[in-house]
Amino acid sequence: MATLQSTDFELFGVPAQFAQDRAALDARWKDLQREAHPDKFAAQGAAAQRVAMQWSVRINEAYQRLKDPLKRASYLCEMNGAPINAETNTAMPTDFLMQQMEWREELDEAGTLDELEALLAQVNEREGEQLSKIGQSIDGAKDFNAAAQQVRSLMFMQRFASEVDARMDQLGQ
Amino acid sequence: MALLQISEPGQTPDPHQRRIAVGIDLGTTHSLVASVRNGIAECLPDDQGRVILPSVVRYLDAERRQIGFDALAAQVDDPANTISSVKRLMGRGINDIASRAQLPYQLNDKPGMVTLQTVAGEKSPVEISAEILATLRFRAEDTFDDDIHGAVITVPAYFDDAQRQATKDAAQLAGLNVLRLINEPTAAAIAYGLDNGSEGVYAVYDLGGGTFDISILRLTQGVFEVVATGGDSALGGDDYDRALVDWVLTKAGVAADTLTPTDKAALQRAARAGKEALSVSSPVPFNVQLAKALVSFELKAEDFETATAHLTQRTLTAVRKALRDAKLVKDDIKGVVMVGGSTRMPQVRKAAANFFGSEPLTNLNPDEVVALGAAISANQLAGNNTGDDLLLLDVIPLSLGIETMGGLVERIVPRNQTIPTAMAQDFTTYKDGQTALALHVVQGERDLVVDCRSLARFELRGIPPMAAGAARIRVTFTVDADGLLSVNAKEQVSGVEATIDVKPSYGLSDDEIARMLQDSFSTAQQDMQARALAEAQVDADRMLLATGSALEADADLLSPNERARIDSLMVALADTRTNGDAAAIEAATNALAEGTEAFAAERMNKGIQKALAGKNIEAV
Repeated sequence: MATLQSTDFELFGVPAQFAQDRAALDARWKDLQREAHPDKFAAQGAAAQRVAMQWSVRINEAYQRLKDPLKRASYLCEMNGAPINAETNTAMPTDFLMQQMEWREELDEAGTLDELEALLAQVNEREGEQLSKIGQSIDGAKDFNAAAQQVRSLMFMQRFASEVDARMDQLGQ
Repeated sequence: MALLQISEPGQTPDPHQRRIAVGIDLGTTHSLVASVRNGIAECLPDDQGRVILPSVVRYLDAERRQIGFDALAAQVDDPANTISSVKRLMGRGINDIASRAQLPYQLNDKPGMVTLQTVAGEKSPVEISAEILATLRFRAEDTFDDDIHGAVITVPAYFDDAQRQATKDAAQLAGLNVLRLINEPTAAAIAYGLDNGSEGVYAVYDLGGGTFDISILRLTQGVFEVVATGGDSALGGDDYDRALVDWVLTKAGVAADTLTPTDKAALQRAARAGKEALSVSSPVPFNVQLAKALVSFELKAEDFETATAHLTQRTLTAVRKALRDAKLVKDDIKGVVMVGGSTRMPQVRKAAANFFGSEPLTNLNPDEVVALGAAISANQLAGNNTGDDLLLLDVIPLSLGIETMGGLVERIVPRNQTIPTAMAQDFTTYKDGQTALALHVVQGERDLVVDCRSLARFELRGIPPMAAGAARIRVTFTVDADGLLSVNAKEQVSGVEATIDVKPSYGLSDDEIARMLQDSFSTAQQDMQARALAEAQVDADRMLLATGSALEADADLLSPNERARIDSLMVALADTRTNGDAAAIEAATNALAEGTEAFAAERMNKGIQKALAGKNIEAV
């Protein structure tokens, strides 16, 4: 029985694993919101709105976490006793740090939208590779400590990608 | 009312229960009201058959005012008291208004939002907007010869919390029950999507009089999911007019500082007329008599295009950004819907067509489409189940955060998050023995507080003295389906807590609104009492009906004791409904609502189980 306290996976009725079918998540999200969205109870007063709002917020929260591979992986690590603790645990492998420095140099030197797009494509490719490693650690080896470390690396990549994005915004103005 | 109805498709309430609900497009240049009649959304015309109401208010003296076409006609003669494009001032401080030098009004710098000095005294943009909304409300009431149950008001998707709150205040001031604020592009998509039975990803390019919005929506089986939204809340047709005025002044060699208010208004009007004429043919004559000079020449489409190319380019920058936020590329977009009168400009259509590589869809009237979509939404929110199983999943357009040490913003809700949403972040104290925490709520994408919009400040007091960094203060941001924010701060160890609904400092309190309602749109005391009684009775009937059908469907969820309690509350309400006054009926309705809240939660749970089992509405 799903309640407001159920895990995201229970709430969405999907297996608690990294591999997920995005289309199925999207469809389930919409099915659940059809039942719970406050608009469905607009004519039924404040108390109904409150219950609906709680559910709708909870469903959105679960969906945000399930559909985003990074958040989903973090959540699974936490559920299995390997919290990410990104603020306190910043130790990274050397080759990873080298790669980050190279990217930063490229970002500093990039002057055109095309160069930034090429850099972003490169980062996105590495993100994809990292995600499949995370998938193997979680669903295959069930090594959640290794997965947590991989998630931390991926968070660095994503932060870098958003910096590239911000630069593209500036150039686009 | 606490009972959650889970109705089968096509089930409609009794006809006499039908509530009149309207959709209102409160536009920069003009406003419209629409409603669903006999299953079809249509814009309601005034007594002369015109659906458009120019968003112009003229104050004649302390008592009298003109609204709409009459006011528009007086704009050149009485520029200081004839307010147009007031939407651009909603929720805005004086420094937010880039074009203030060109405005013919006297603006007063007030905390939070400017006011305008008129012959009728100081008027806030909220009051002026309320005049427009009230005019549309009266039009709808005359059309139906009945009271309006509620309204959906549209706002630009890119409106921030202050602008949304100002719009909601204006609607309340106009005596409207606001069912929802919905975003203009979403409303357009509803009107467009339902009309065409479309599925897939669409871009809505909405260039109005004063705002530009771009929204990327995914349409699937009646669900309108906003994937990303972006835009510029200070870019619209007015800017094209102004750019044209600047171009004309340069060409004619007239210095802007020699212009009188009448000159400014005359130029503005001529520019608008020239722009509109160019949508049909080119070249067009451009003639304005100024106080000190006559400006007269032939205006060519190419000149207008060049003079405004930087503005068109700005819209495309926002489009690119929205696509990136949506993690989509141009080819994913199945169609581009053009909304807003300004998309009639040929250079704008051309730019959108070039960018997306396909002809934009313009088969619905760009002036009416937003109001029509709002009407469809209003009809459903009022509980008039239409059989269209419509669901809007909208997003918050701008990130929300808290000021931290050093004037930096800690983002709590990122932009393009689906609403409703609640997100939390833990903070701590930075001094030993610190017993209070000042919270500054801001909205925007920049990292520095000074570059973001300040929404509210409040304090959490009474934290027990602890070492620096020991307190755990959880700050929760809750954004409702209208996109409006409330903030709660709670110290986790002691349980000390503080909550505010984010109302910008100019925000009108409910008391102020009540007072202003009395002043401007007063109804005779007796009428108000009669109306209150009628409304209380309708609410009671609906509550009884809803409870009855809930019991019929799910009585098995209740123990005999629970059932008996609900039954007695129903009997009490039915009795009060026939014999009591409005207050007593309301109290009995609330008692039934509270008494059935647990039952409602149970039923909600059952609905969720049904969805999980895949037996949702579509599959039945």
